[in-house]
Amino acid sequence: MQRTLIDKIWDAHVVRDLGDGWVLLHIDRILLHDLSGPGALQDVKARGLKVRNRELVIATPDHAVSSAPGRTGETFAQGARLWAGLKTLSQEAGIRLFDLGQDGQGIVHVMGPELGLVLPGTTLICGDSHTCTNGGLGALAFGVGTSESVHALATQTMRQRKPKRMRIRIDGELGHGVSAKDVILHVIGALGTAAGVEHAIEYSGSTIRSMPIEGRLTICNLSVELGAKSGLIAADDTTFEYIAGRQFAPEGAKFDAAVKHWRTLVSDDDAKFDREVAIDARTIAPTITWGTSPQHAIAIDGRIPDLASEVTSAGRESLVAALEYMGLQPGQPIAGTKIDWVFIGSCTNSRISDLRDAAAIARNRHVADNVTAWVVPGSLRVKRQAEAEGLDRVFIDAGFEWREPGCSMCVAANGERVPPGARAVSTTNRNFVGRQGPRARTHLASPAMAVAAAISGSISDVRRI
Amino acid sequence: MQAFTTVTGRAVPLMRTNIDTDVIIRIERLTAGEPSTLGTYAFEAWRYLPDGTENPDFTPNQPKYRGAPILIAGRNFGCGSSREGAVHALQGMGLRCVIAESFGDIFFGNCFQNGMLPIRLPDENIQTLVAETNVSEVPCTIDLKLLTITTPSGRTIPFTTDPQRREALLEGLDDIGLTLKYEADITKWQTQDRLARPWVWLPT
Ligand code: SF4
Repeated sequence: MQRTLIDKIWDAHVVRDLGDGWVLLHIDRILLHDLSGPGALQDVKARGLKVRNRELVIATPDHAVSSAPGRTGETFAQGARLWAGLKTLSQEAGIRLFDLGQDGQGIVHVMGPELGLVLPGTTLICGDSHTCTNGGLGALAFGVGTSESVHALATQTMRQRKPKRMRIRIDGELGHGVSAKDVILHVIGALGTAAGVEHAIEYSGSTIRSMPIEGRLTICNLSVELGAKSGLIAADDTTFEYIAGRQFAPEGAKFDAAVKHWRTLVSDDDAKFDREVAIDARTIAPTITWGTSPQHAIAIDGRIPDLASEVTSAGRESLVAALEYMGLQPGQPIAGTKIDWVFIGSCTNSRISDLRDAAAIARNRHVADNVTAWVVPGSLRVKRQAEAEGLDRVFIDAGFEWREPGCSMCVAANGERVPPGARAVSTTNRNFVGRQGPRARTHLASPAMAVAAAISGSISDVRRI
Repeated sequence: MQAFTTVTGRAVPLMRTNIDTDVIIRIERLTAGEPSTLGTYAFEAWRYLPDGTENPDFTPNQPKYRGAPILIAGRNFGCGSSREGAVHALQGMGLRCVIAESFGDIFFGNCFQNGMLPIRLPDENIQTLVAETNVSEVPCTIDLKLLTITTPSGRTIPFTTDPQRREALLEGLDDIGLTLKYEADITKWQTQDRLARPWVWLPT
């Protein structure tokens, strides 16, 4: 039987068939962060259970910690309990913890790949929906709820049904100013946020193949915004090169044996997918969202949709509510919309290549007077690398704030918010109502587009800067 | 976990598509760490006006829908963040069951972990249900044993649920206990895997 990449990883991890399509699936990596980690570890303890394979569990604080320069775990007082809980409970259970200020700390989905903890063909979970990011390295990674994390911690398995298989092929060369973020926003705009529900998505095609790993991580990051359980990209030479030499990556003969195995983890030629979609990359422009769902994505030279574009009444109600929340008029061009805030960061776009892209536009320019702009690197390693390259100076000279690694304003769980009514261009992944703070208005875009908006004070086409 | 057999009461429509878990419960309500107050903050951005008073345009605020145990929502309900607090917040509002054409995957799973029943129904059945509940004061009944929804007019709409999940919900079962019985299988798998893929196994 011809199998997809998803089937191959899945089948290899089945510990036991539980009937009715359910299996007990082995989980190779469990990642914990300060928001859902302490509760899960506490629950394991309260039930009198043990963390079964502590060596396969990795923890780091990112969500509810301040990103202010010189921060500690207590700078954001409301998060102090979570930070301390993650620390104490991880230490008690003997789990590897990358604490604040310690090499390796960062947004959980940034630090995992960076440390070589995420490997092709592995299964990986975290109590966070953007766990799918890690699929960029060919891992089957998915977000789970806290109760499910408890199950995984106690048994190193999960009770699962195999998701349906979807393939999105993206072919063609990307135009000037178009990045991985634009590609995936375009895909979500074209297919909608429910396109991948109950599916795992494999991304393939020439555009994906020629993309560096950091771009692939960005693509997979937004899989959950398509409703998918997971998103992944078959490992190839680019992947092996990325992994080689990383702190927890296999070395020497072990690495060679791993690569040999990883090369087999590709979809067979005639493998059947439940759904297939093809996208022509040459049609993709720099893309930005106008509304309150990632599917409200349009080309930078496009217009906000008019009400006639929605046929169902529920669809129309959502559209009207989104326009009202965002303070926008239907049918208007999106470019030229005045903004107040720019946030560059999050597990979508806070890796070193993102900061290089952003700095390339920011160099020798200045943030507009009416705009507050932040750069929050994804991890301590990214921060140090950027500083070694002088990117921090570029940002600071241009009027950006240069901060400590974490989720920060992506989810505003650490009290860092876009003020009520303010309009932000963010390199994050969710523009939901209140996501960046009560009544905050978010436009999702690439790092380069975010800088373009910061310096011109309004939503702008990076190709014209 | 609280078992689920039947629920009878009003069904409140909230027919927007893609209602995400950020809107169901704001993240800061979770960091504050008071699970018992989450119900007050469910849908806060829609439910309250900026001055903190109730927004009369938010359907669940209408007197006839107060305390309704059933929510009918637009497609892709519960998409977005994995926060399990979203389920707790809905339960805090008094909800036991959510009906929609489709759900966010993680939210869907989280419901079953917490004694909440999510039901997927085709759009035409949802439309019927909404039309009936809009005009009638008669409650609906959801019966998980019979797999039926009885509408205000007395019509029954069948639904399906995964058999294993149904069983667990009916009994209020906890799956960790069940899985721990397979300890020997897990050990065996891991022993083989250490040989087959030694690179996966990090030093302790
Ligand atoms: S950066 Fe944002 S999306 Fe990513 S893990 Fe943190 S809060 Fe979630």
